Amino acid sequence: MTAGRHGEAGGAADVVVIGAGVVGTAIARELARYQLSVVLADAANDVGAGTTKANTAILHTGFDATPGSLESRLLRRGNALLTDYARRAGIPVERTGALLVAWTAEQESALPSIMGRARKNGYDAMRQIPVAELYQREPHLGPGALAALEIPDESVICPWTTPLAYATEAVRAGVRLMLGTQITGAGAGPGGHVLSTTRGPLHARWVVNAAGLYSDQVDAMLGGDGGFTISPRRGELIVFDKLARPLISSILLPVPTAQTKGVLVAPTVYGNVLLGPTAQDVDDRGDTATTADGLASLAEAGRRIMPPLLDEEVTATYAGLRAATEHRDYQIRVDGGRRYACAAGIRSTGLSASLGIAEYLAEAMDAAGLPMRPRNGSVGPPVMPYIGQAGTRPYQNAGMIAADPEYGRIVCHCERVTLGEIRDALASTVPPADLDGLRRRTRAQNGRCQGFYCAATVSELMAEGPADRAPAGSGRQAAAGQPA
Amino acid sequence: MNADVLIIGAGPAGLAAAIELRRLGAGRVLVVDREQEPGGVPRHSAHTGYGIRDLHRVLTGPAYARHYAALAGQAGAEIRAGTTVTAWAGDGQATLTSPGGIETVSARAVLLATGCRERPRPARLVPGGRPAGVMTTGELQQRVYARGERLPGRALVAGAEHVSFSAMVTLAHAGADVVALVTEQPRQQSYAAFALGARARWRVPVWTSTAVCWVDGRERLTAVDVADVRTGAVRRVRCDTLVFTGDWIPDHELARAAGIAVDPGTRGPAVDTALETSARNVFAAGNLVHAAETADVAALDGVHAARHIAAALSGGGGMDTPPEDPGPPGYRVPVTVRPPLAWISPNAIRFMGSAGAASLPSPGAGSAPPRGAGPVPPPRGRFLLRSQVFQRRGELEVRQGDRVLARSRARLIPGRPVHLDASWLAGVRPSDGRVCVALAHG
Repeated sequence: MTAGRHGEAGGAADVVVIGAGVVGTAIARELARYQLSVVLADAANDVGAGTTKANTAILHTGFDATPGSLESRLLRRGNALLTDYARRAGIPVERTGALLVAWTAEQESALPSIMGRARKNGYDAMRQIPVAELYQREPHLGPGALAALEIPDESVICPWTTPLAYATEAVRAGVRLMLGTQITGAGAGPGGHVLSTTRGPLHARWVVNAAGLYSDQVDAMLGGDGGFTISPRRGELIVFDKLARPLISSILLPVPTAQTKGVLVAPTVYGNVLLGPTAQDVDDRGDTATTADGLASLAEAGRRIMPPLLDEEVTATYAGLRAATEHRDYQIRVDGGRRYACAAGIRSTGLSASLGIAEYLAEAMDAAGLPMRPRNGSVGPPVMPYIGQAGTRPYQNAGMIAADPEYGRIVCHCERVTLGEIRDALASTVPPADLDGLRRRTRAQNGRCQGFYCAATVSELMAEGPADRAPAGSGRQAAAGQPA
Repeated sequence: MNADVLIIGAGPAGLAAAIELRRLGAGRVLVVDREQEPGGVPRHSAHTGYGIRDLHRVLTGPAYARHYAALAGQAGAEIRAGTTVTAWAGDGQATLTSPGGIETVSARAVLLATGCRERPRPARLVPGGRPAGVMTTGELQQRVYARGERLPGRALVAGAEHVSFSAMVTLAHAGADVVALVTEQPRQQSYAAFALGARARWRVPVWTSTAVCWVDGRERLTAVDVADVRTGAVRRVRCDTLVFTGDWIPDHELARAAGIAVDPGTRGPAVDTALETSARNVFAAGNLVHAAETADVAALDGVHAARHIAAALSGGGGMDTPPEDPGPPGYRVPVTVRPPLAWISPNAIRFMGSAGAASLPSPGAGSAPPRGAGPVPPPRGRFLLRSQVFQRRGELEVRQGDRVLARSRARLIPGRPVHLDASWLAGVRPSDGRVCVALAHG
């Protein structure tokens, strides 16, 4: 197989994966386990910088998927794979469980069918709990809940560390990561495909389309069957201060009705509380602005679900775009003749299903003629810096500080991010390109002050880059904290 | 490690308390601060006007900060910067994290002096994009004064309090063209001279009854929409920098995480006139209990708290005494306000025996104070209040039950201190319930 800078003229890559979100990075990681030369390209300057970065950060069991759908199957498989991968890679996960709460008679009457659907999806651990138990477990829940289902295996996960871990493993296994590389066109070439990009042509035997919000456009470029159109659906979310975290113990899910999917309240792995999302169809695939109406409707819903939540400070508001299509199910196709694969329409379950999607797609590509011989010696999951709240972070780890005092130098006070962690992120396998990238790797500036105290210092460290900050002593391998 | 007093926060309140505690012979005084240098917020405030009430001289912020840090060091206090309290349960044990490692300090008394911050844009729920170029005054000052950044282009300042004018000056210093100060209030809230000066010297208008309602831009800020709060009319203002000023919130996280009672008005720890919190021998001072006053007022708070801490410790009390619940007792009379007054600080009147805090009877032991007991005056002999409305000649009325204890004229401006002289304290009866301050004709 081609070594070095495969994909450029003269040496076609075996596979170019377009889109470095959670699905694209998972696919690249999966393909990197075989004797293939792989390029992972994205228009953004970071992995996971589109739909992946802004969602509800829940590791779904898939209990409410459409039974028999590909989504149902890949969610279940992806959940099992990611639960294991997260443990090995140090991706923050908290198995908080979820409570699906009915507030109206209509919602209550829907609960039996939700349980039936869960069983059809192969999920049997759900049970109805008495209202008294609901309020015992969630004493800050607003009045008026009529009934609830418990889903003990729903978890919250870090949506930033996950694609970074996939990309890190992929790059260490030889995948060439090309960020800031937008695909502008495609045609036939000697090795198969020639992709025009903002960084020059890319040659590929196979192309995988994991372009998320832009997957229909990429599909059209590559002559796909055009069987889907992306309609971005915007979801606005509010993140509350860490002081709100004791108010809630489980994810509080709404009962979806014909009118609305509803708003959830969930803990985050960073120790905050999330309220959202809204659901609004928008035309602009880059329109991640929050709106006055959206925030007001969330506040109103939050006040009903958990009144004291609204007395706490808001740490952040943001909006994400789901890559919805006109179809209910995932749009995953592999065309061996054209050597083209597509993983699109992964609306809102991509994080949970990512490893299942990647495994499924690779098998389909194998069956369609991509020669896949396992690589000798596996790279295995990287050990990622731990940025969760439930485990031990570097500032809490006396051994790490003793070995390297920079882990005791807290730079971002709200999130307790140390200089050592920032230094490690800047020198990591997939380093941040800007402050937002640094935030997603370390939590720096994600806290309640939003930079009142640390913005100037953090900006300066980012501008300095990785040079001259070599770790003392045992160094970077110690960078990962210990998940609890 | 043991200390007699652990002071958390090396700003004006914490450092002034340390100096006074050492002067009173309080033993080992340890001051910790999570920032790399002691001095607190004044370190980043290059303008002058610091030190008037406490040092009786006029200094710039950084000079004032250095002055206090030096005095505290000379007084024998131990100052540790770059040191964060990473765990504290509201008692005398605290976990400290620094590059030197993790250690536990055991103190007989604790003073919280963690200050306050401005509410950033998300906390104000201003919708729109999330572009770069939107910041608080705190961030602006660090960028400009500590890092020497330039901010060319047009800038808009949200707020028209003292700090907003300070932000305007900082922006001008950084090369920005300040378009306006905008406030939802019907008038500006700083000194008339500031607003006149802004118009005359920098030609910056104050747009009143105006709210920032939209932030535009994806990577960089491009424009801000402002709405007339009376008519709803919206217009677009092109700008490159937007600074959210004022709208202070105490940095109360340590106190809240430890379960210390928080006043719903100030949102800082509830303190009595001795500046003691709901936890015994845990005191709080400075802008943590009244966000935000000037640095000299915070420093004088620190001195006040130090005297009561010293008295508490000299009586042999301390964290190792039985942790009885100190409130709500017969010897603390709550002080509250009625809207449109926003808050009052301190939040309760402390009564104690003539020999000082050490003779304070076990809280809750009885409903009547011992003979010779009296109310403790607040710092500087006055209460601090905030109003939500303008009143050129307001009248504050202090009542306890049916009795009017005092009436006092005050000029009310949102965001500006309102002072209430405490000369009426002698008329407060410990057994008559809470004291309420309201507008006489409100």
